[in-house]
Amino acid sequence: MKTIQTKKIIDTVAEMCIEANTFLSEDMLESLRTAESSEESENGKEILKTMLDNFEVAKRRTIPICQDTGMVVMFVSFGQDLMIADGSLEDALQAGVAKGYEEGYLRKSVVADPFIRTNTNNNTPAVIHYKVVPGDQLKIKILPKGFGSENTSALKMLKPSDGMAGVRDFVIKTVEAGSPNACAPIVVGVGVGGTMEKAALMAKEALGRPLWMRNPLDHVAALEDYLLEACNNLGIGPMGLGGVNTVLGVNVEVFPTHIAGLPVAVNISCYVNRHVEREL
Amino acid sequence: MTVINIKTPMSKEDRKKLKAGDHVQISGTIYTGRDAAHKRMIEALKKGSPLPVDFTDQLIYYVGPSPAKPGEIIGSAGPTTSGRMDAYTPELLEKGLGGMIGKGNRSEKVINSMMNHVAVYFGCVGGAGALLQSCIKSVEILAYEDLGTEAIRKIEVENFPAIVVIDTQGNNLYETERKKYLK
Ligand code: SF4
Repeated sequence: MKTIQTKKIIDTVAEMCIEANTFLSEDMLESLRTAESSEESENGKEILKTMLDNFEVAKRRTIPICQDTGMVVMFVSFGQDLMIADGSLEDALQAGVAKGYEEGYLRKSVVADPFIRTNTNNNTPAVIHYKVVPGDQLKIKILPKGFGSENTSALKMLKPSDGMAGVRDFVIKTVEAGSPNACAPIVVGVGVGGTMEKAALMAKEALGRPLWMRNPLDHVAALEDYLLEACNNLGIGPMGLGGVNTVLGVNVEVFPTHIAGLPVAVNISCYVNRHVEREL
Repeated sequence: MTVINIKTPMSKEDRKKLKAGDHVQISGTIYTGRDAAHKRMIEALKKGSPLPVDFTDQLIYYVGPSPAKPGEIIGSAGPTTSGRMDAYTPELLEKGLGGMIGKGNRSEKVINSMMNHVAVYFGCVGGAGALLQSCIKSVEILAYEDLGTEAIRKIEVENFPAIVVIDTQGNNLYETERKKYLK
């Protein structure tokens, strides 16, 4: 039976937190470069150029791309044949976040209680979603989530009769209301179906899907294309100051749902859409 | 594109000259403050206590920087969403605050108060915290140190790039620019 030491998990998670906040993935960079060359608004072009320059500075000096280094969301797939030695998996994952945020000089943005609001000073707890899978792998995906964009996300329980048109309308309205505050151009994760929390979870997971990858279902891929075009026709543009690049990508995930329901969740990420994945 | 160099503090006359859409570079002293610091300042005013800073003709930058690496004075330092400060801003404008730097739109109430007090709202590029950090030349914690990243800091900036988003007449780029690209 394969065994992983908690120390290895702590060190890996710490490294991943620093990496995610300092370097952006190639799919995100590529789409921002494309946006910069296609932008029609002078302000928008200038802003996109600044964003691209900023990535270079962050990389060169190994400092965070953005000061809001987020609350950490983790997706963990745990192989059922795997053993963890020397402590609990949950404790190790949380300790890894604390270590990464301390050693990487990342901002601690988590408060212990939503009403009392005292900073926990180590950016924990992270929000961790586990999945038990066959095999003996430990796969960890980390998304440090900034709240400028998280705050513009929304969820609605539509009626089945609202159908595809209702979903389109809700996504576009959410993007329209949120983009100027969410550091556009944004990435839009959409979850349709399941239950309330399943829709929200799919929307979050959708943000981590590479921008070039379409949903394998034709009608869902068509919805993604439609939403991308419709959102970019809103004119909101980079940082909301006008332009043709409001949205870099729309990723939609779907799941079976109840005969009486059509849940839809929209999770918005800014252009600093950070995600890092590793397998142990 | 022409860039206007401005120096803080900014008199009402200087502020009036700026128009929505102007690209500027700000040099001089500015003050940082965000959610928790605003809440505390307004509570202080309610109790009749003085503000920790005389904001007359000064600018507030909505930022909560990341920690400084060894040998540096501040970490990444880009703007946060201004709308969360909307509830508090009019009272600071009444105390003479000359302008704000942040990202995102402002409420009608804030815009009206800006027009009454001849204030300017600047936007800078969200997420560009590493780049904006390099314009910061000195940092001093002035008040509310216990708030950590949210403490009020006095910072010296040099050629800090920003755009006039809402001017003293209430012209608002969020309203005017979008229309040009709406299809
Ligand atoms: S929304 Fe994203 S880019 Fe903007 S300040 Fe927050 S984390 Fe940074």
